[in-house]
Amino acid sequence: MASLSTEAPTTAMAYRGLVVRRVLLLGLLAGLLVLSVAVDVSLGPARYEVLDVLRTIFAPGSADVQMRVVVWDIRMPMAVLAVTVGASLSLAGAQMQTILANPLASPFTLGLSAAASFGAALAMVLGVALFPAVIGLMVPINAFLMAMAAALLIFGLSTLRGVTVETIILLGIALVFTFNAALALLQYFASEQALSAVVFWTMGSLTKATWPKVGVTAVILLICVPLFARRAWALTAIRLGEARAAAMGVPVRRLRLEALFLVSLLAAVPVSFVGTIGFIGIVGPHVARLLLGEDQRFFLPGAMLAGALILSATSVLSKALLPGAVLPIGIITALVGVPFFAALILTKGRKAW
Amino acid sequence: MVTLELDQVGARYGRRAILQDASTPPISGGALTALVGPNAAGKSTLFRRVAGQLRGAGSVRLTGAEQSDLRYMPQDTGMNAALTVYESIILALKQGGGGWRLSASELAAVDHVLVRLGVTALADRQLPELSGGQRQVVSIAQTLVGRPGVVLMDEPTSALDLYRQYEVLEALRSYAEETGAVMVLALHDLNQVMRCCTTTIALFEGRILATGPTLDVLRPDLIRRLYGIDSRVEHCSRGCPMMIVDGPTSRVRSVA
Repeated sequence: MASLSTEAPTTAMAYRGLVVRRVLLLGLLAGLLVLSVAVDVSLGPARYEVLDVLRTIFAPGSADVQMRVVVWDIRMPMAVLAVTVGASLSLAGAQMQTILANPLASPFTLGLSAAASFGAALAMVLGVALFPAVIGLMVPINAFLMAMAAALLIFGLSTLRGVTVETIILLGIALVFTFNAALALLQYFASEQALSAVVFWTMGSLTKATWPKVGVTAVILLICVPLFARRAWALTAIRLGEARAAAMGVPVRRLRLEALFLVSLLAAVPVSFVGTIGFIGIVGPHVARLLLGEDQRFFLPGAMLAGALILSATSVLSKALLPGAVLPIGIITALVGVPFFAALILTKGRKAW
Repeated sequence: MVTLELDQVGARYGRRAILQDASTPPISGGALTALVGPNAAGKSTLFRRVAGQLRGAGSVRLTGAEQSDLRYMPQDTGMNAALTVYESIILALKQGGGGWRLSASELAAVDHVLVRLGVTALADRQLPELSGGQRQVVSIAQTLVGRPGVVLMDEPTSALDLYRQYEVLEALRSYAEETGAVMVLALHDLNQVMRCCTTTIALFEGRILATGPTLDVLRPDLIRRLYGIDSRVEHCSRGCPMMIVDGPTSRVRSVA
C-alpha cells in the first residue's frame, strides 16, 4: 500500500493536466472561430476596409446606409449561418458516429443531404410543394420534409428489433443512391432554367442566408445541445460498446432513438437552407476527436466548434479564391473533405476512429 | 458481508429458455466464486439475469448490498473509443449518469483501482493502443472502480498470460476479502478455479447442477458430465490441487 501515497496523486494530476489542455484547446477553437467570422464579414465583392466593417458591426448608426445593408443584411447572416450550420452538421455527424458506432456515419453519408436535394428539386423542377402552406418557402420546406422523411425512415428501421447498426448504415447508403437516381431523373426532364437552379442548389451555398434562417438553426441548436449535454456520460458510455453500456445501466436502445431523432432535426434544417454541404459532418467530429478525445464533455462542444470553424473558414476561402466572386461552398467542402475521407478509410489499425 | 442467493431463476430469449430453475444456497462474499460450465451453458445469460438486464422467473436475493452495488463485466467491451484508460475508468465510475464535475474522491477512486491492479503506467494511454491483455485488465478496473458489493465477471482472465492470470485473480481475491463483496467469475480454466475460488457453481444446459465448495463440485464424474472429459485431481509440488485431463470420454457427445 506504500505505492498508493506516492503514485496515486500523479495519475490524478496528469488527468487534471489533460483536462486543462482540453479546455485551452476549446478556447483556442473558439478564438479561431471568432477570428474567422470577422474575416468572413470583412470579405466580399464590395471592398470595404476591415475597420469600417467592424465599426458598422459595433456601431451601425455611424455607417452609411449601403454599407449597413451589405454588412448587416448580407455578410453577417452568411457568416453567422456558416457558424450555426457548421456546428449543427458537425454535431449531427458526431452523435451519428457515436450512436451508430461507425466513423463514416454523417448526414451526408446516410442520405439526408441527398434526400433534401431531391425534395428541393421537386419544387424547382415540377413545382410540387410537399407542404403547400407557404409557396415562397417551397424549396427549403420540401428539402426539409424529404430529409426528415429519410431520417425518420432510418429512425423507424432502427426501432425494429434485431436491426443492427450495420443494417442502418447500409440502408443509409442505399438511400443516397436512391435519392441521387431520383434527382438525376428529375434533372433529365427539367427545363434549362430549372436545371441550373437545381445544380446550383445541390452545390450548397450560403448566399441565400437571412436572419430568420440563422434564427431557426440557432434555436434547433439551443434545443438539442442541452439534451445531449444531459446525456453526456451515457453517450460516451455507448462508445465502450453496447454490452458494457447496458451493464452500466444505460438504456442503449432508447438513447439511440432519442439521439437519432435530435440528429435528424440538426441535420435536416441546415441542409434545407444551404443545400448539399458535404463532409462537415464527418470532418468536424474527427478533428474534435483527434484534438479532444471522445469524452462528450469535451467532444460535444469540440465537434460544434470544429464544424463551425471549418465551414466559416471555407466560407472565407470561397470568397478569397476568386476575388469578386463567391464560389458555392459545397464544392470547397467536398474538395477538402474527400481527401480527408479517403485518409480516414485508409489509416486503420490501432487507432481510435 | 454480502450474500447472493438465486431462487428458481429463469431467463429466455424469445421462446427459447436459456436458464431454468437456477437455484443456489446463499453465496457469501469475501472470497471468489467460480461459475463453470461448457460453452453455451448459459453463463452469460445467468449473469445478465442477475444483473437485471434480462427478466425472467424466480428471484435474485441480495443481502448486505443493493442492486445498484452490482457490477457486471461483459465478455467483450469496446476499446476503440478515443478515450484514455483514465477517462474510461472515470466513465465507468459515472455509470452513464451524473454531473459534469468530478470530485477529488472520484479521482482518488480511479487512482486507487489503477494501483490495485498494477496498471498506473497505462493511465494516459489511449484505449485502442492497448494489447488484448491490457484491455482485459482495464476492463476489470472499470468494473471495480465504484467499489461494488456484487461483481459478476465474464471470463476476466481469458486474454492474460500465465503470470498475469494469477496476479489478477489474486487482486480480485484481495478485493473480495477487503470489501466482503460477492464475486462470481465465469472461468474456463478449472485449475485456476481450484486454486483461487472457494465456491463453485456448475451450470449445464441452463440448469445449475451443483453449488458448493470447489473441490466438492469439481469431481471427475461432474467434469465428465459437463465437458465429456475424463480427469483426475492431483496436487502440485506446492500442494495445490490440479486437474489432470486424461482425454475425452469415449462415448460420443453432441456439441449442440
